[in-house]
Amino acid sequence: MTSELRFEVNGEPVQVEVKAGARLIDVLRNALGLLGTKEGCGNGECGACTVLFDGRPVNACLVPAMEAEGAKVTTVEGLVGPGGALGPVQRAFVEKGGIQCGFCSPGMVMATEALLRDRPDPSDAEIRSALVGNLCRCTGYVQIVESVQLAAKLRSENGGSRG
Amino acid sequence: MEAAVAERRHIGKEVPRPDAADKAAGRAAYVQDLARPGMLYGKVKFSEHAHARIKHIDTSRAKRLPGVRAVITAYDTPEVRIGFLRDNFALKRDKVRSLRDEVAAVAAIDPDIAREAIDLITVEYEPLPSVFSPEEALAEGAPLIHEVDARGKRVTTNRLPLEYHHTSGDLAAGERAAKYIAEGEFSTPLIQQSCMGTAGCIAELDVAGNLTMWAKTQIPFLAQKDFVRALEAMGLGDRNARVIVPTLGGGFGTGLDTHAYEYISILLAHRTGRPVKMLYTREEEFACLSPRQSAESRIVQGCDAEGRLTFRRAYVMQDNGAYASWGATYPTVMLLPVTSIYRVPNIQFDADLAYTNNTYAQAMRGYGNPEVAFGIESTLDELAEQAGIDPFEIRMKNRNEPGETTPMGLRITTCGLGECLEETAKHLDWKNKRGHAKRRRGVGMASLIHVGGSGRIYRSDGGGVILKLDDFGNVNVSYGGVEMGQGLHSALCLGVAEALGVKPDKVFINQTDTGTCPWDVGTHASRGAFIALNAATRAYEKVRKRLFALAAELFPAEVEANLKKHRRKNPDYQPPDYDVRAHSRADNFELADSVLTLKDAPDEPWLKVDLARFLRAVHFRGQQGQMITEEAFYEPKSELPDWAKGVGNMSATYAFGVQGCEVEVDEHTGEVRILKMVCAHDVGQILNRQTLLGQVYGGLAQGIGFALYEQVQTREGRILNPSFTDYKIPTIAELDFPIHVHFVETEDDQGPFGAKGVGEPGMVPTAPALANAIYDAVGVRIRDLPITPEKIVAALGEKRG
Repeated sequence: MTSELRFEVNGEPVQVEVKAGARLIDVLRNALGLLGTKEGCGNGECGACTVLFDGRPVNACLVPAMEAEGAKVTTVEGLVGPGGALGPVQRAFVEKGGIQCGFCSPGMVMATEALLRDRPDPSDAEIRSALVGNLCRCTGYVQIVESVQLAAKLRSENGGSRG
Repeated sequence: MEAAVAERRHIGKEVPRPDAADKAAGRAAYVQDLARPGMLYGKVKFSEHAHARIKHIDTSRAKRLPGVRAVITAYDTPEVRIGFLRDNFALKRDKVRSLRDEVAAVAAIDPDIAREAIDLITVEYEPLPSVFSPEEALAEGAPLIHEVDARGKRVTTNRLPLEYHHTSGDLAAGERAAKYIAEGEFSTPLIQQSCMGTAGCIAELDVAGNLTMWAKTQIPFLAQKDFVRALEAMGLGDRNARVIVPTLGGGFGTGLDTHAYEYISILLAHRTGRPVKMLYTREEEFACLSPRQSAESRIVQGCDAEGRLTFRRAYVMQDNGAYASWGATYPTVMLLPVTSIYRVPNIQFDADLAYTNNTYAQAMRGYGNPEVAFGIESTLDELAEQAGIDPFEIRMKNRNEPGETTPMGLRITTCGLGECLEETAKHLDWKNKRGHAKRRRGVGMASLIHVGGSGRIYRSDGGGVILKLDDFGNVNVSYGGVEMGQGLHSALCLGVAEALGVKPDKVFINQTDTGTCPWDVGTHASRGAFIALNAATRAYEKVRKRLFALAAELFPAEVEANLKKHRRKNPDYQPPDYDVRAHSRADNFELADSVLTLKDAPDEPWLKVDLARFLRAVHFRGQQGQMITEEAFYEPKSELPDWAKGVGNMSATYAFGVQGCEVEVDEHTGEVRILKMVCAHDVGQILNRQTLLGQVYGGLAQGIGFALYEQVQTREGRILNPSFTDYKIPTIAELDFPIHVHFVETEDDQGPFGAKGVGEPGMVPTAPALANAIYDAVGVRIRDLPITPEKIVAALGEKRG
């Protein structure tokens, strides 16, 4: 049992056959080969699979694939600019050491991107509230908070562009 | 030659790590992301009883499901024994001993079919009486978990056949000399390492039966040994096992042993002739992957009227679970703090482990050290209170010093414990804040000792490095240890760049692969950067020696070519009055930032030769051509201790540190709010400040989880909280307090550039520092981790009467 799904991923229209019960994360990782989106729990508890869904951060493991019909989805690959240049949020995480094992990083980066689109200059409390659903076991979050603060700065220097 | 501290270009700076960009871009390939041609998906059928005889397994329905390629059990596959006591099996035969026991497995063309097939397997059991605590397990007449040992000899007890003891000095005299004695019973919980990337592997056999394993491991070479042994058991003697390590989604100790799921994948790959991928779900990770070992301890310490420690006794009982993995060897590291934190002349240590029908445990950061540091540092505060001495002062009075040999025989080369204590007190404003339970606020501190220069647990404690230079001036580094997020590759990259004299972006760290990297015992015991850079030191000395010998021959011609080329562009150019040929002696060359120069030459660009160009000159010279590759193997000056006696200098050097905190406790709800943390660590020498801070912050966060939140809950062997909703690890919301970090650089002569291991210390003293601060705030002492609000409220109620 499959259905046809059309939506937009990282600015490109895609059309895929989707098995009944498939989740958005399955479509992204298996059908489209966008392996940057990580599955850490499959239950919406860890945030590793955070993607932007019509601009809002969602756990791709909780979204039934068919709900993406007509939607615009951005994954971590979508923040990379032409020629492979990292986007400002990604650069900030690299620069500030907000990355250790890296498994939570794509989700952290996407949750940060969503936050900064909404609040370009977030307070410490706003950063913590926006990332509370993204678990990291390596960093103790200190350098993640610093990364988000630098990302805000880099984005504002870039005129808030998507990088 | 290592550059003097002042001249260092890379070491000690704060620089981004080389693997970060790919991770930020979503390009790093974890085992989750890998696939092999023709790959099948494996799935395990776990036991439904904690202890039962297997009467019958019906796999017929699973085998008939379309898409299933193999269904295996212990009854139709070769017996593969696993674990260091050989008390475990890849697939269980005759009986199951815990709810995570593997009774059957499936390989199918997709993961959904594999899952469906598992549900079609039915197993008939005859339940057996079970035991779920050491007390039950060691009671007379308790059912035996293992009836025979690995040699087939009858077993009469559930006590593990492992001896861990230590006696030094004269305990009775130490007790007599004590004016004050503090004692307590402490417990620390089972906690889950909680790697964000769950466990998994891909097993692939070639036609001849050679195995390639993509494994989430921290011990590729010991895993290779384990897998070779499994191949032998499968009738594939003399075959090779090659272990390749993909990007790890966290380690924290989970990769220190090989796992039943890996052997099952090998059996499935053998049965089907196709690569098999196995991946744990988060629920399986919680319920079926070995967590951190729990421990019950009894700690007694005494001091004289001046506060000098006169004796220490520690007894530990561990619920080992059904099989032996590295959880059963935590006492080897418990010996470190028991015998060697502070100067204690008379010591006794004993540990017992009992098989039960619970889950069994493996390594996690700190490995037994936090389990006893909790009781030692808690009773030390109690002792200080009895003696009327400030807890900071009693620590200063008994602190370790460089040059001492501890009762275990640890030779303390460098030790910054005193400075760590002072810095912690200073940054906590200790004098003003201690003992003033104002607004239910309090401060506390605790110290640590840990291995800082490897930790010998095996015949070899070494590791090797290969440096391979190419025509482009790149240095390709092969090391057999594992980057799991801690920053090993960053340290290796900076260290090689610094000492060899090349630009960091010309250093490339190869994927860890037993087929291409020199042997290494594994990335544990905070040893990765210590061993890798010590091996690299020896390898880059060889490279420089060889380069400079070749330069004596080839450098002048390269300079002449330089000058000729430049003169063609600029006919008026006058070269400096310097005879390159006469000065080209091997001992007169320097390599820095990938440029080869003569030490005494004037600073003149045309007298310098780019390393890449020089390497091409070395390569392309007819029949005399050479490529430069050098290898070195390093064995640290560590000894394999006698565990039954608890004696031996297990590491080449030791790390020290202190953590302190200020907390506020709500007396009505029992909630603990951390207001400030101070972490002072003797790290020998900073390699990369950014990754070093990452290790301290990350260790601290795990220490806070261990102290305040985390516990794998079990009832009759069943894990009750196998999800992040029910098993709480710290989130970004709780860790919102200021953290002050201070590094003491003791420049250890055993360490590369003077550095010590730093991976584990960050979580060792956190729990007792918090427990001591909570006591200072509200006057209750919690001896049972995690320190939940409920326990605090209950203790406050008891105190009020």
